[in-house]
Amino acid sequence: MADLKHLDVRNYVRWDTVVGALLIALLVGSFSFVDNFGNALNLSFLIGNTLPIALIALPMTMLVVSGEIDLSVGSTAGLSGAVMGALWNGGMAIETIIPLCLLLGLVCGLVNGLLVTKLGLPSLAVTIGTLAAYRGIAQIVLGANSVTDFPEQYLDFGAGRIGDTFIPKAAVLWVILLVIAGVVLHATPVGRSLFATGASEEAARFAGIRVKRLKLVTFAVTGLMASLTGIFWALHYASARYDNATGLELSVVAAVLLGGIDFDGGKGTIGGAVAGVFLLGALQNVMSLVNVSAQSQIVVTGVLLVISVLGPRVARQIATARARRRTAATAAPANTAPA
Amino acid sequence: MPISQRIAASVAATAALSIALTACGGTTKNSSSSSDSSSAATSASADPNAPTKKGLTVAFLPKQVNNPYFTISDNGGKKALTALGSSYKEVGTSSGTDTSGQVSYVNTLTQQQVNAIAVSAQDPGALCTALKQAMKNGISVVTYDSDTNADCRQLFISQASAEDLGRTEVQLLAKQIGYKGEIAILSAAQTATNQNTWIGFMKDELKKAEYKNVKLVKVAYGNDDAQTSFQQTQGLLQQYPNLKGIISPTTVGIKAAAQYIAGSKYKGKVQVTGLGTPNDMRAYVKNGTVTAFELWDPSKLGELAAYASVALASGQISGTSGQTFKAGDLGTFTIGDKGTVLLGKPTVFNKANIDSFDF
Repeated sequence: MADLKHLDVRNYVRWDTVVGALLIALLVGSFSFVDNFGNALNLSFLIGNTLPIALIALPMTMLVVSGEIDLSVGSTAGLSGAVMGALWNGGMAIETIIPLCLLLGLVCGLVNGLLVTKLGLPSLAVTIGTLAAYRGIAQIVLGANSVTDFPEQYLDFGAGRIGDTFIPKAAVLWVILLVIAGVVLHATPVGRSLFATGASEEAARFAGIRVKRLKLVTFAVTGLMASLTGIFWALHYASARYDNATGLELSVVAAVLLGGIDFDGGKGTIGGAVAGVFLLGALQNVMSLVNVSAQSQIVVTGVLLVISVLGPRVARQIATARARRRTAATAAPANTAPA
Repeated sequence: MPISQRIAASVAATAALSIALTACGGTTKNSSSSSDSSSAATSASADPNAPTKKGLTVAFLPKQVNNPYFTISDNGGKKALTALGSSYKEVGTSSGTDTSGQVSYVNTLTQQQVNAIAVSAQDPGALCTALKQAMKNGISVVTYDSDTNADCRQLFISQASAEDLGRTEVQLLAKQIGYKGEIAILSAAQTATNQNTWIGFMKDELKKAEYKNVKLVKVAYGNDDAQTSFQQTQGLLQQYPNLKGIISPTTVGIKAAAQYIAGSKYKGKVQVTGLGTPNDMRAYVKNGTVTAFELWDPSKLGELAAYASVALASGQISGTSGQTFKAGDLGTFTIGDKGTVLLGKPTVFNKANIDSFDF
């Protein structure tokens, strides 16, 4: 009797699987009904445009799971791109510039992390500040220039695809990072510590998790990934400018929330985040193909977001209510005659 | 603390690695010098007597949709396309600096296999890969108002030569302030290609002897946002109390500057000129805030872009300099250097003539 409970469908209906199913439904529907959707070129556009968001979503998922957030990722990406452009103009080799930019991203992430962990400031406030500061530095570094003449083979890595397939070259790099992120979050003590920290920082600390160190490292990795995204962005769009990736942080947070990562921390999966990222990306691609105006696209994305924040909460409340009824039902015979 | 040591160690390692890589050399700006001058698709032959095709679809991709200037311009394109028996569509981002959005619109249009794209580029380089992809798929590509790199499109429909615009704006303002005093520029975004080119010519014009008493004190940026431009104007006047004039080479900026000055003690003391539309500026010209400003006719710019797109898609021209094409009532145009087609000299608007324009 008790074994049958595992077969209950409701146990398998989680928000992130719902989002995954929606993504598959959208893809299948678009293949069948939307002209020009299913060809290799369009799919490569879809993936290429979504990759910056998909890249940052990996560390952002970890941060949000641990109960923190980084809103400066778009600015860090822009700053990396700007520095990359300035150094390139200065005649430095691209093979030197890229590691330097990654290092810079790491430093940006460390600054966020130190402000949060050492001074105990809320990450929302800290990273809103550095969102402005990093963008400002980017503007100082590169000014009004845009640098476009990066070497051909690097531009091809940023924008080209593998042969005539739908897979952008840079997607291979992303898949490797995705696997690493998935393993770290879901199959290592680090991942478990992140969940524990997000669920209750106090309890995690008592359980012997070095919460501050964990957060500092997560912020640093986020900065590093943000600068990687900035480098990819500059190569993908063949343009390093100080205002590259403006607003990227909002797309990432939107996609991560849509993927069922709880804003309060402690809950979520990498798979859910990826499904959220590509659901938004595919939706945008399809809406453009069927001529939905830019303004209406924003409205659709906004409504989806509200639903995605509400959805899991409502589902959880229903589940708790049901559980309470069940315990009440089983407990009732035991405490008969309380009067 | 072990953690800080470890971080310091990894930072040092990365730095050492980068230095090692520098020593090894690598791909630098000078070594690659990827000046691929293979101008895309211009090798296609053109037949000036080919019939003008009907039933084409030409898509307009402005820098920003719902920007009044581009609305007028694109409506000019629509008018020309209707007259030619082809269809018009407009797509675009709602932000003027969303370059990735513009790229994905180009990609979408490539997928939809439109016949021609007329685009006003937010960034000279960012659209290149996407536009080359579009040309490879047989789509004619024209830029208007704001250009890309020359090998990423077939034609650039230029509103007026950048040089003319930059120099005449300085000439207009200098005359209004009697060739003496401090002036400032209120531009749009700091990255706007066309604005920066004009400002470059303004600075060059100011080097001439007749402007020896005119001093450019600041270039401010209002991001083509009415409120920001308004605040920037306010800031300029507070920072430079002796300011005599402001040049705003953008329709949003000049209107905001005129609006601020019209309602302040600076009215009549500080001159505003630049690029504006007669409908926006009529009230300020009539109440004496603004003496004269200039602009090309954006509607004609859109029309010319449409005619050029159809001529390209019909195979009458291929984008090589020296070729000519007919553009309805606008007359016959010759393709100039680097595939540029000039609409003509800018028009100066003042109290005497402003009522004969409605756009």
